[in-house]
Amino acid sequence: MSIVEHSPALLVGIPLLAAFATPLISKASGKLRDIFVFLCLAFIFALAVVLISDVIQNGTRVYVMGGKLPSLTLPSGKTFPIRIILEPDAMSALMVLLTALIGLIGFLYSLQFIRAEGAPDKFYTLFMLLIAGMLGLEMTGDLFNFFVFFEITSIAACGLVGFRISEATSSVAAFRTMTIYTLSGLILLLGVGLLYGEYDALNIAYIASKLSFSGVDKLALALFIGALLMKIGSVPAHMWVPDAYGESPAPATIALVINTQAGLYGLLRVCFTLFGVSRAAHIGWLLAIIGTISILVGVLASIYQNDLKRLIAYTAVSQTGYMLMALGAGMAAKGELGFGRTALEGGVFHIFNDVISMGLVFLCAGMIYRATGIRDLNKLGGLAGKMRWIAVLFLIGGLAVAGLPPFNGFASKLMIYESVYKLNPIFSALALLCSIILLGVYVRLFYSIFLGSKLVEPQRIPKGMILASSLLALLIIGIGLLPGMVVKSLVSPAVGALMDKAGYIGKVIAGGM
Amino acid sequence: MNGMSKIVRTMARLLYPFVLAFGAYIVMHGHLTPGGGFQGGAVIASGLAMMVVAFGRRSEKHVREGVLSVIEDFGALAFLGLAFLGIGTTFFYNLIANSGWLFGSSVSYGSNPGYLNTGGTLPYMNWAVGLKVLAGLGSIVVLMAFVFGEDEDEDTA
Amino acid sequence: MKILLDLPYISCALLIGFGVYAAIFKSNLIKIVIGLSLVERGVNLFLVSLGYREGARAPIFTYAPTENMVLPTPQALTLTSIVIGLATTALMLAFCIQVYRKHGTLESDRIARKLKEKSE
Repeated sequence: MSIVEHSPALLVGIPLLAAFATPLISKASGKLRDIFVFLCLAFIFALAVVLISDVIQNGTRVYVMGGKLPSLTLPSGKTFPIRIILEPDAMSALMVLLTALIGLIGFLYSLQFIRAEGAPDKFYTLFMLLIAGMLGLEMTGDLFNFFVFFEITSIAACGLVGFRISEATSSVAAFRTMTIYTLSGLILLLGVGLLYGEYDALNIAYIASKLSFSGVDKLALALFIGALLMKIGSVPAHMWVPDAYGESPAPATIALVINTQAGLYGLLRVCFTLFGVSRAAHIGWLLAIIGTISILVGVLASIYQNDLKRLIAYTAVSQTGYMLMALGAGMAAKGELGFGRTALEGGVFHIFNDVISMGLVFLCAGMIYRATGIRDLNKLGGLAGKMRWIAVLFLIGGLAVAGLPPFNGFASKLMIYESVYKLNPIFSALALLCSIILLGVYVRLFYSIFLGSKLVEPQRIPKGMILASSLLALLIIGIGLLPGMVVKSLVSPAVGALMDKAGYIGKVIAGGM
Repeated sequence: MNGMSKIVRTMARLLYPFVLAFGAYIVMHGHLTPGGGFQGGAVIASGLAMMVVAFGRRSEKHVREGVLSVIEDFGALAFLGLAFLGIGTTFFYNLIANSGWLFGSSVSYGSNPGYLNTGGTLPYMNWAVGLKVLAGLGSIVVLMAFVFGEDEDEDTA
Repeated sequence: MKILLDLPYISCALLIGFGVYAAIFKSNLIKIVIGLSLVERGVNLFLVSLGYREGARAPIFTYAPTENMVLPTPQALTLTSIVIGLATTALMLAFCIQVYRKHGTLESDRIARKLKEKSE
């Protein structure tokens, strides 16, 4: 027995343990709870690093829950797997690493942020539940288990959105978010039920090996894509994103951002591993069109907003559109491995960059709210006098989101532009135009909040929050200066594992020692 | 909130131990007959809801939300602890089955009247889940009856 | 595809259709919750009826295995789904209570108007 062998199960079990032990420990003392949660999150981050280095070196790892051995997928005499199997491959491990990183940084930020809002132990319970749900969603190899973790993340996320109970708008936003999440979860369950009725199995690898594209399978694929597009916040169902991101406290907002990216991971897993990429040209075009419309709607709607966090949330919708566009181009490549692979690599790299840069912008917005208590842009102004360092951080984050050269957004957006251009130049041109408008939006934000005449007196910001945001800024600059290394070592194996459907199936079906 | 009439209160008091016993029976025999943790916990919580509805404000001092919260945490931690028990082999491995401990005898196949002593970690997990569900649902009922739905704020026009 | 035209599946489709209509087109918050609850019941009915086999008996362990049994896996899936549905309904109703306490109304268009007035 070694830690590496049991790391998938520990990555799911330890956040759950932390989530339920937190209320008991905080009855004893608050400081003990902070230390306990920090130790758990640090341990999870270490496990995530161990997992990704192991998976990149040794290939996909398989973990059977409750079996005689962690890798014994087919017990004696059976030809199909009968237990819940966790199967983290390189793409899963990348998302797990991102989730653990955001968990750690969110916790460091929330140490002083939540103390002022009251009830910190409830916040940590919901936060750890959300982290546990996301880690499970990203590693599982079983369709119904995917649905269960999907619902865990929905409930925890909506609890975090409605966390500020004393304000009038949070409960309305939480109700609207919960409606969309519940509806998408139920549509997902319908698709899972259809596939189960057809193939009498729930394991992704087993269904992928037996899939024949009958009418019921196409219906199940449509239901899956519909449900996951609702969770991602793409155009027909994007109205929950400004509500949810705008009303939750800032460390919860960055957890919600990576929750959305976990939905995008689910879409990748369903489209590439479960249903296979060679038959998906039409779906690729559809996703690319939806992605482009999301970019347009997100950017154009963000010009008119007056509330700081809602404006940033609309730009988050547009960034999701970039990833959908890249995913669609990757699927519509139809065997031309040249630009398809670059599109997928650009999309996955953009997931990585977007979480970090959007995270930084949301954390800065949280610090502005904490310093002034105001979210209305008309009433903010001239804060750069007292809050110099936060102005620099906000500028770094905003320029990274807009995609300017020394920051990380530029590298991934360049890959997306180049590959989508070969699909259809109109998409690429529209995306580039929206990127320029996005730059204008962020420059206007920076000017109206930090420069100009001083309208309100900011209070002091605790050091912990500035430290957490600076860590993200360091990552942005680091990835921006060395994008090639990140793509070669992390993103390329992830995309390779994603397109290697036979390898994923083989690990489970050939199972055994 | 007001309670109900004397007839309802008397019958509720009479039926309460039977409801609790029936719920405990469902939880206990989860590995043999239909039932298990969630179903039994929901039955016990419905007994709790019956007492809250029948007695109204007077039952508030008997069900305290702090006690229910501690029971809920204990149930969840017990479930996870049992799952971690078999971490030597795998997560959720059934370590107690076919060993000599309580609930550890081996299972006989074929049609049989059902022996309670079998099942391994399953009856323990049923109890952990049952405790968590009864505490969780009970907290929801108590909170919605007593804490919410009273003194509205002044700034609702 | 033809199998989906049996009676249980048609009633599931009707339940889900009514639920989605209520969730999207009604403005009272409680009616939206009821609509989502209908969708959840429809999906649960669909899952349970997937496992049915003609002339089989209930899959209880102590009656093993002299006769045919209905598939037990969909019953476990449905149980999990019922628990999840309970949790989401409880959370949504808690938010409804809070909205009513703050705004005094449960109609979503009046709430939107009140929020817009409050932000100006």
